[in-house]
Amino acid sequence: MGNFLVWVIWIVAALACLGTGMAVVGFTNPFYSALSLIGNLASLAVLYLLASAEFVAAAQILVYAGAVMVMFLFVIAYLGGRADAPWAGGGRWLQLAALVAGAALLVEVVVALLLKAGGRLSDEAAVSGSFGSPAEIGKLFLTDHLLAFEITSIVLLVAAVGGVVLGMRSDAEGERS
Amino acid sequence: MLGPGVPWYLAVSGVLFAIGATGVLLRRSPLIVLLSLEIMLNASNLALVGFSRLLGAVDGQVFAIGVMAVAAAEVTVGLGLIVAFARRDMELDVDALTELRG
Repeated sequence: MGNFLVWVIWIVAALACLGTGMAVVGFTNPFYSALSLIGNLASLAVLYLLASAEFVAAAQILVYAGAVMVMFLFVIAYLGGRADAPWAGGGRWLQLAALVAGAALLVEVVVALLLKAGGRLSDEAAVSGSFGSPAEIGKLFLTDHLLAFEITSIVLLVAAVGGVVLGMRSDAEGERS
Repeated sequence: MLGPGVPWYLAVSGVLFAIGATGVLLRRSPLIVLLSLEIMLNASNLALVGFSRLLGAVDGQVFAIGVMAVAAAEVTVGLGLIVAFARRDMELDVDALTELRG
């Protein structure tokens, strides 16, 4: 019975995830697209939870749906939410090519992945109760993945400086040496 | 493992990645291209979490957190670029943005 409930929650979350993903691509108004992406991130967090990745789910909600999407919505509001055409410019051939490329990628990723490796993906390792807890992830970050952790901090610093430089007033350009 | 197995996670991840890639190819607004890029990053995160569950190793989740941090940095720079475009009264259309210092 509990397993059935988990299946129902998983299917609802997966369908919500794919539906909101298509909505992000389909809406003409960028504001609606960003709101759909927030729903997408929330339903993905549910999937993470069911894969026993609690800390990743929490970080997803806090960092992504919280901070990053608020920044997105601010910028969209600053730009006045200009609507653009729903499809790419450049005529019907480019649109068709984009759709064909997307469909080809879909077939490649899903069919190739699951048909070639489906049999070997079904026996999951048994995990303990602390799997995916902040303590385990923090321990790995400070031992095996220390270099990646430090480099990530440099990347964030560079991005912050770059955001400030890009956002500078253009009339101050002559004063920068 | 309660509920669907890892192949289901990978299937959702693949479909989501294809949706995001289609959005990047199809849309003209740089804002929506960025949002579609976020969809692709999240699809790869879902695959990472699924494989992490399959192998019983937390390293995949560590990698997913790293992807999140890099995505936040990328959004910062991308939105800064879009604001700079808008401030110079350029058209917000990835097909029209063909010049640096235009």
